[in-house]
Amino acid sequence: MNSVDTNTVTGTGLTPGQRDDLRAIAAMMIPESAEYRVPGADDPMIQADILATLGRDATRVREALDHIGRLAGQPLAALDAQRREAVAREFRESGGVAAATLVRVVLQCYYRDDRVLRSLKLEPRAPFPLGHTLEQGDWSLLDPVKARPSMWRRAP
Amino acid sequence: MPKNDPVDVLIIGAGASGAAVAWSLADTKMHILCLEQGGWMNPSAYPSTGRDWEARFYGDYSPSPNIRARAEDYPINDDNSPIKVVNFNGVGGSTIMYTAHWPRLSPSDFRVKSLDGVADDWPISYEMLEPFFAENDRMMGVSGLSGDPAFPPTEPPMPPLPLGKSGTLFGKAMNKLGWHWWPSDTTVATTDYEGRARCINLGHCTPGCAQGAKASTDITYWPHALRAGIELRTHCRVREILTNEHGMASGVVYYDQDGVEQFQPAEVVIIACNGIGTPRLLLNSTSGRFPNGLANSSGLVGKNLMFHPYAQVYGFVEEETDSNRAPPTCLWSKEFYDTDLSRGFVRGYAIQFGRGAGPVFEAVMSEAKGILPWGADHHRVFRKLNGHRLALSAICEDLPEEHNRVTLDPVLRDSHGIPAPRVDYTISENSRKMMEHGIARAKEILAAAGASDICLNSPIPYGGWHLLGTARMGTDPERSVVNEWGRSHDVKNLFIVDGSVFVTSGGVNPTSTIQAIALYVADQMKQRLANLFD
Repeated sequence: MNSVDTNTVTGTGLTPGQRDDLRAIAAMMIPESAEYRVPGADDPMIQADILATLGRDATRVREALDHIGRLAGQPLAALDAQRREAVAREFRESGGVAAATLVRVVLQCYYRDDRVLRSLKLEPRAPFPLGHTLEQGDWSLLDPVKARPSMWRRAP
Repeated sequence: MPKNDPVDVLIIGAGASGAAVAWSLADTKMHILCLEQGGWMNPSAYPSTGRDWEARFYGDYSPSPNIRARAEDYPINDDNSPIKVVNFNGVGGSTIMYTAHWPRLSPSDFRVKSLDGVADDWPISYEMLEPFFAENDRMMGVSGLSGDPAFPPTEPPMPPLPLGKSGTLFGKAMNKLGWHWWPSDTTVATTDYEGRARCINLGHCTPGCAQGAKASTDITYWPHALRAGIELRTHCRVREILTNEHGMASGVVYYDQDGVEQFQPAEVVIIACNGIGTPRLLLNSTSGRFPNGLANSSGLVGKNLMFHPYAQVYGFVEEETDSNRAPPTCLWSKEFYDTDLSRGFVRGYAIQFGRGAGPVFEAVMSEAKGILPWGADHHRVFRKLNGHRLALSAICEDLPEEHNRVTLDPVLRDSHGIPAPRVDYTISENSRKMMEHGIARAKEILAAAGASDICLNSPIPYGGWHLLGTARMGTDPERSVVNEWGRSHDVKNLFIVDGSVFVTSGGVNPTSTIQAIALYVADQMKQRLANLFD
């Protein structure tokens, strides 16, 4: 999912200030990690994917960002770290369905990013057409169950 | 209003039961027409073909019609229910969007009054349905393993799905506890089967199988039925069933794909619209003779709605699980299926074992549960959770209660202006005790498997897959809507073949039984063609 043109994302209905807050809250959710060699959720390509695919979630995401705006009273990124944490906590606790939608939208774009999936040792591809391999497992485990007497309840 | 040429048999709904009854009746050579409000599905557009496969589960492939909101869907007011209705509308119906878990109701499920003194016995038995279960297994293509000591003998035509990593972990845990378990019967093809390709473990089976390995009636029954001469008209939404001066169904009014109102006359009408759509249609079919809705002299149309409350428990193990890389269906257990009054409730539940989840589902669900933190520790915790989930659910028998019901919403309407259904439902005290028991046992199983970070979804909120009981079957016209072979007590040329006719719910997924009943009703009709309306 790393082919979004960051210059063509339009029509989301988000103001520049809301986009800044979206980027800021996403970075708080999932920061960049050198240890795991993954970007943060504020990465430009992930943000572009979010904006390009908001679709039917746009209204609730706008509501969520309005809520953040009210709680912060100024751009989220402009708050000091302690205050920003408090706003984020309050947002998640009181934001209801709108907050849950924003969080889900960030997560669903983050966890389909090629770099993130590779870090998780997952192939960055659709399930179809290659599918996956499912091992048979240990069928001998079933032997004690097979040895049980019939246990279904008879009906009159 | 345009009037079409009359047909001998009109079937409403092309899902699990509509497809089965159409195929079975085809050998009568009658003129049979099926009207379906949705269209044909395009497997190449199913979510598993794209990189956004998980995201679409929250959008256009949500199991909830209210969220999905495709043009083919109708809204359902389920605000007054802790369990939300999930379904799918299109050729194949909810067999497009199901997990393919394929148990049958047990012989004892048909005799709950005799055995346990609750609810009512069915007017039919497991033995009467057995040949139709077997026929349906062949038509849908079932994989499974014979010899389950917790069920009468069956012969699935294909071998079972592999146990995989998750099934092995669960099997070891169940053996430690000494409890019954068995690989699930599924409608996932494990070998090439009658034109269907074998499963390649796309994993995202529920919202449609792009491989065609999961049986849905658009690729099982319908190709056979169409070749046999059945006519299927898609994007045709039925508004009401009309009756004549003799109190017989004369046909239906429907909106065609252009939104034009049409009248379709028919000698026989068969409803196959599921436990929500069927009462909705009957309640919308009022007339001077039937002021409270069609086939409703008992007052039971829409009442006794049963869902199967699901108590889901999951945790995380150190070992890798199958995650999203295999069909979600894995094992079942009938250890707690039958009544044991020392448990504090009557009847019982099956346990359904899952394999895991994909990364987006894992992240969304775990964040919502508060076990996946924001901030620097997010990555470490996610790697501990993702690919390590073990989940299982107690699927609890829901006993019939008249206050659990489907009515018509006074305000909500679908895109054609037809009154929408409203669901009022509460979980009974008996079911709650059963769910608590199931949760406690599930925690024991997860503990035996070495799982930690245990979480609950009880009930699974969007777990109203099984829509049962709202036009129940029986011999007494005052206590049932249809007779023992699916014919309305009130309207002699009106039949119902979907989950509405269930008298009780059992504690297992019902689609296999729904289709066996549809084949049974079709067989009864064929045997009685000379005096069908007597």
